[in-house]
Amino acid sequence: MQKLINEPADAVVESLEGLQLAYPHLLRVSFSPHYVARVDAPVRGKVSVISGSGSGHEPLNVGYVGRGMLDAACPGAIFTSPTPDQYLAATRAVEGGAGVLYIVKNYMGGVLNTEMALELAREEGYDVASVLVKDDVAVEAAHNRRGMGAAVLVEKIAGAAAEAGRPLAEVTRLAQRASDQARSMGVALSSCTVPSVGRPTFDLPADQMELGVGIHGEPGRLRLPLAKADTVVEMLAEAILKDMAVRPGTSVLAMVSGLGATPQHELFIVFRRLHAFLQAHGLVVARCLVGNYVTSLDMAGCMVTLLQLDPELIALWDAPVHTPALTWGV
Amino acid sequence: MSQEISLAHFRAWLLAYAEHIEAIEAQLTDLDAAIGDADHGANMRRGMERLRARLADPGLQCDDIGALLRTVAMTLVSTVGGAAGPLYGAFFLRAAQECQGGSVVTLVQLARMFRAGLQGIQQRGKAQLNDKTLVDALEPAVVALEKAAAEGAPLAVALEAARVAAEAGMRHTIGLQANRGRASYLGPRAIGHQDPGATSLYGLIRTAAETLGAAQPASLASRR
Repeated sequence: MQKLINEPADAVVESLEGLQLAYPHLLRVSFSPHYVARVDAPVRGKVSVISGSGSGHEPLNVGYVGRGMLDAACPGAIFTSPTPDQYLAATRAVEGGAGVLYIVKNYMGGVLNTEMALELAREEGYDVASVLVKDDVAVEAAHNRRGMGAAVLVEKIAGAAAEAGRPLAEVTRLAQRASDQARSMGVALSSCTVPSVGRPTFDLPADQMELGVGIHGEPGRLRLPLAKADTVVEMLAEAILKDMAVRPGTSVLAMVSGLGATPQHELFIVFRRLHAFLQAHGLVVARCLVGNYVTSLDMAGCMVTLLQLDPELIALWDAPVHTPALTWGV
Repeated sequence: MSQEISLAHFRAWLLAYAEHIEAIEAQLTDLDAAIGDADHGANMRRGMERLRARLADPGLQCDDIGALLRTVAMTLVSTVGGAAGPLYGAFFLRAAQECQGGSVVTLVQLARMFRAGLQGIQQRGKAQLNDKTLVDALEPAVVALEKAAAEGAPLAVALEAARVAAEAGMRHTIGLQANRGRASYLGPRAIGHQDPGATSLYGLIRTAAETLGAAQPASLASRR
């Protein structure tokens, strides 16, 4: 294992300490329990948006804390969903009197821990809603789909709606619509290595790729010989479009996110083909995002996420945001 | 031979389970790497380390079995994370509610506590038998314990029957396709791998058989 860590057991805390030192003007980190809150929270009269996930997916979610996006993020252990006490502490810290929305990626651990958090927060009198993100078309049963890249887009849209002063029901409805209209699929060229384990989670020969991989190193839909970039992009985009049923002329947001160990150089090669492919299918690539936005530690590969847009979602996407990982309009 | 299980027995059980999880952490990691995301071993060990520290805390107020099990539930829920934290938490919380205080329980009560714990897990996780989860080890153990209790079997015999049933249930997961949890993404590719959750749950029953039926609870000093 070649990693820039000190002790595996200290990695999550030390990474959060570094985040705090790098962005003291945007966020503050609580270490007992772990959560990251925007520096000016609680913002009175505004709905608070909170999301959690295992660590190892950075910038998701801690890098999306700030004005126009998340009020708080709860980082778990590596690839492990955070615990209910983290959500509860974050809720108490950032709730501004207008209610709270939890954005939850569809994994059993994430769902169970946030269900408990919801129960506890409601017992304390907070008005809390939740939206489930489940965009991974590699899992065919729709109810069981994993939350992937759509989390970034749903968090941005919910955060913008909250910042605009919309009430909880409205923020929830818009987040739900973004979640419903997004689809993703990923491909791995190499496994990630969890620090506490010290060796790759799965064996993937150099001439193979794992299509439909999950962001925790869960195996994907199928293993194939490694193909050229254009062919891989077509496989991902075809699987996504097959599931989306979008009419020609529809505007989409196209995101290409590296999984941690693929250079931006290659991500643009991926986006180049994706853009042409979507245009050839009559879609309008109205907005895009290319870079490392949802990662899986040091996995090589990428995921493609498409979000069907409409004027309301475009306006929310374009609204100002100021976080470590997404900043515009400020 | 004593047919009552004391608070000291329960403490011995929990410490034995913590030791067991630490011993099988690497196995749990390997099993989870094959069909999940390789975190079950580390998560359970982190929970057990905290549990051990809680149990060693002289300020801990646990004068009855219910309070002890409630402490276990809260400790696991706030430290394990993933699906295992809420599920093990649900087991201990419901078992605690079922025994409602008391400093000793009988075999019949223990069977009721384990049944309540199973129901807690199933309400939270919505898993049924043969979904390739920890339920596949727990449910046969509960059924075996209930049967032995109904027949008036000695405590040690009943616990051993539960252990044997849990072990068989754990092994049975090898041939199953998963319907819940991360292994469910694999479809038929999960077949051939033993479920990590069923494996850690089997350890809970195995250590119960080793400790709860003992004439004298294992001394705390000998278990660190």
